[in-house]
Amino acid sequence: MVHRRWLSWWAVTALTMLILGPWATVASSQSSQAHAHASALTLVTTQFQPITEFADFQSILASSPAPTKAVYLDAGTLTTQLTAQEQTHNVKISVIAGLHGDFPPFVAQGFLQDLTPLLKSLKSRAFPASIVKLSQYGSKTKHYYIPWMQATYVMAINKKALKYLPKGASINSLTYDQLIAWGKAMMKGTGSPKIGLPAGPTGLLARFVQGYLLPSYTHANVTQFKSAAAAKMWQKVKDLWAVTNPQSASYNFMQDPLQSGEVWVAWDHVARLINAATAQPNNFILVPAPIGPKGRGYLIVLGGMAIPKGAPDVKAAEKAITFLTTPYAQINTLDKLAFFPATGVKIPKVLPAGIRLEANAVSAQAQSKVSVPSLLPIGLGGQGGAYSKIYTDTFNRIVLNGDNIQSVLNDEGSQLQGILTQTGAACWLPDPPSHGPCHVK
Amino acid sequence: MSAAQVRSRPKKGSPRVHPLIYVAAIAITIFMLMPLWLIFIAAFSTQADVYSFPKSFVPVHFSTDTMQFFLNSPGVLPAARRSLTVGIGTLILALAIGTPAGYALARFRFPGSNLITLVILTTRSFPVLVLSIPLAVSFLTWGLYDTQQGVSLVHTAMALPTTVLITSAVFFGVPADLEEAALTLGCTKVGAFRRVALPMALPGLAAAALLTFLLSWNEVFAATILTLLNRTLPAQILNSLDGAPLTYQFAGGFMLVVPSMVFIFLIRRYLVSSWGAVTK
Amino acid sequence: MSRQVAVSAPGEVRIPRASPSLARKARQQAVAPYLLLAPTVCFLAFFVLWPMVRALLLAFQSTAGTYTSASFHTMYHDYQFMPSLKNTLILMGTIIPIEFAFSLAMALILQTGLRGRQFFLYCWTIPLAISDLASGIVWLSIFTQNGFLNSALVDLKLSQNGYAFLSYQHKLSLFFVVIVAEVWRSSSLIMLILSGGLQGIPKEYGEAADVFGASFFQRIWHVTLPTLKPSIRVALILRTIVAVQVFAVVIALTGQSLPVLGSQAYYWYVTYQNANVAAAFAAVILGISILSSAMYLTVLRTPAGVAGGGR
Repeated sequence: MVHRRWLSWWAVTALTMLILGPWATVASSQSSQAHAHASALTLVTTQFQPITEFADFQSILASSPAPTKAVYLDAGTLTTQLTAQEQTHNVKISVIAGLHGDFPPFVAQGFLQDLTPLLKSLKSRAFPASIVKLSQYGSKTKHYYIPWMQATYVMAINKKALKYLPKGASINSLTYDQLIAWGKAMMKGTGSPKIGLPAGPTGLLARFVQGYLLPSYTHANVTQFKSAAAAKMWQKVKDLWAVTNPQSASYNFMQDPLQSGEVWVAWDHVARLINAATAQPNNFILVPAPIGPKGRGYLIVLGGMAIPKGAPDVKAAEKAITFLTTPYAQINTLDKLAFFPATGVKIPKVLPAGIRLEANAVSAQAQSKVSVPSLLPIGLGGQGGAYSKIYTDTFNRIVLNGDNIQSVLNDEGSQLQGILTQTGAACWLPDPPSHGPCHVK
Repeated sequence: MSAAQVRSRPKKGSPRVHPLIYVAAIAITIFMLMPLWLIFIAAFSTQADVYSFPKSFVPVHFSTDTMQFFLNSPGVLPAARRSLTVGIGTLILALAIGTPAGYALARFRFPGSNLITLVILTTRSFPVLVLSIPLAVSFLTWGLYDTQQGVSLVHTAMALPTTVLITSAVFFGVPADLEEAALTLGCTKVGAFRRVALPMALPGLAAAALLTFLLSWNEVFAATILTLLNRTLPAQILNSLDGAPLTYQFAGGFMLVVPSMVFIFLIRRYLVSSWGAVTK
Repeated sequence: MSRQVAVSAPGEVRIPRASPSLARKARQQAVAPYLLLAPTVCFLAFFVLWPMVRALLLAFQSTAGTYTSASFHTMYHDYQFMPSLKNTLILMGTIIPIEFAFSLAMALILQTGLRGRQFFLYCWTIPLAISDLASGIVWLSIFTQNGFLNSALVDLKLSQNGYAFLSYQHKLSLFFVVIVAEVWRSSSLIMLILSGGLQGIPKEYGEAADVFGASFFQRIWHVTLPTLKPSIRVALILRTIVAVQVFAVVIALTGQSLPVLGSQAYYWYVTYQNANVAAAFAAVILGISILSSAMYLTVLRTPAGVAGGGR
């Protein structure tokens, strides 16, 4: 009998513990949370993942008049957390600081507040009109984020590579053909391929195809996706890949392989190259991306700050956002984190050596006569990830697997059309404007 | 020396063991420790050394800059404390709930035992990532979101299948006839469990406890999704290593390994002494 | 009273029908395991099974919430689905036997009573302490092009520039790298479980086998392995479940060059932000795990007489 009594007591205790445990913890946790919220607002950012950059971002935020606690979340986790918080009407996040491409799922589900009044009060910041328009995500009157910062993609070159540069080529106006020839020369000279691309799982290769390769070869992106010009471009990409370090398939940030010397010439987001340039400013040069038959395609990266609906502390959130658009915060973001201002603030003459390299490359890119600027996709709603997957898959199938170019383009092109039709997204630059959904020709 | 002799031991002095066994043991040790040695020197090297090629296998310029960056960065100590609390909470909960289940699976033959085992295992077979939205919603509703208790509960749920399986294997290994002998000598069933089965099972239970703690200590995904401000150490650090300079990646990796090594060290003494008692 | 409980083999209850007190005892014996298991099952149902059902429903829903098989269709027609299924099965089929043999060797070496056993045991269990993400960082530093392994190869003049272990073109070396990293990281766990099992084998067994002149391998095969069965089953099940989901190490070391089911689920969830297709991948992972666990439970069933280990 002892046995049985023991058993049932045990089961009862365990079950009681199970049922009461959570409630007991609720009381204690709520008091501690209330304490935390009284002192600081929570800003979630999808940027500055590397611990060193995050520390710099925190040091900028330290001067904010509204005490701010910053947290890094990758875009997927942010979506999960915000969705859960909005569903339970229990929002813990006051500010979301992310990229233009991070917000569409939230806009689509109505999670974000309209920031038009705040934007109006920040008129003196002189945000470029083109950027402000992007923050509307196709709506007529609403603005979903306040512009925060900008960046773009450039090429970093190890000076050791310069002696292999083909005759007649200039690093500031390199063509894709010259880049391939250069890669061949380096491979012949050193015995290993020295060009690098961020084709790893979190690398930004899809942007290279969307904003650089396709516009440079077709002066379009979506509409010419499966055109003959695009097929010719993919042939070139295969040639380029032949002289690219095959480990590129697992590179995410190019600054590491650049610094270790695994690659000498690499294309990437400036913020993902900048460590190489700042650590060894005398060994590296930053230059604009190459030029194709139709010009130099390039893409702007845009960051914005939004306030979720039901945010715990809207007033403080607005204060923090206002602070991050001040000249002080904007210039420090450039100085320490290599992102350019999204406001009309004047860029100072004196900059750290690595940032100066970057600034030169960026202005060379924008001022060039052949430039073909691309906008970020507009109106894709929550399908931004699926949109980029099409480009990554196309690259993987054609270049890595060696599948037939045209059949891959037809297949992926019809999937692309599916997304465009489903979301009803009209064409965006560099594609010509369309009535109704954009069409893959 | 025949292979059979490997096991035979003289009554006094150290056992005679085939030299090849030692060779194998040392080779395995090198394989196990080499990566840790490399992480260690990388964590304490200057950035230039870490990026150089061919690399050196001993630290050339010893530098603690990177490690200091980690130790001085705000929030690391509180996060470490939280990780410890969560880990110990998980350990206690998982053992309290899981050990009886393991005992039941080992000592009783009952209809549906395989099915129950399978259901318990199923919970471990589903990628925790995909559970995250339903979990996050529930935790927000229950007020467990962003609390150490909440993370402990999820880690317990993740650890339970392992705990149950291992404890059941442990009790399988404790001969039931000893317990029966205790019963015939006048012990109650509970007494037999407490005086016979439990002491013999202790080393195994210690191992189960160790695994539970380590699972919690190293778990990142659930901890990332269910917390915001009150991060555990791995959730705070491991996520921020991608894209950081290599020295920081190694320093961060090294820093997370050290506490677990210490923990294993502590448990090891206990493990081995109990082990000796059983084998002698 | 308790001393009369008639348990012949553990769990196998002999029920003498006549005595009412013994019948009560038997009833109690029949209820006991369920009572002992109840908290575990309740806890898991609450924290995992219920969210899991909700997550699985996602796989059968469209993004708008209507019921459809579109997610499975998308998954099946994803050009990486078949390769990732194949790679996952290959990795399972190689990692588990290799790791198992390695762990058994370690556990047996520790049983020989060699000097410094405590030291070896400690060293061999250290990788337990390392998370899959950290382990990815460690092995990447070794296998990357300008990493430690190539440094060693160059230092030893075995190679000019090193070998591109992680190149997508070298599928075999990709598998090799992942297998080494996984074996390193998780053999300790298997070793601990097997060691735990070995402790339960009375030494007399080995001595008896010695008397009959059994060779080393004969003894392993006929004495050690059969008595280790419960531990082996546990080790295999646990390891298989983890192997089906493997992805952090694979992503860290090979990027997208070696797609596996776990990494695809991860990408669909995090990068492509489509929880429905991710849930479909998760369902496949779940299916493989359940099938293999059920297989182990049946094939490695412990006969009633053997249950209880050392008899």
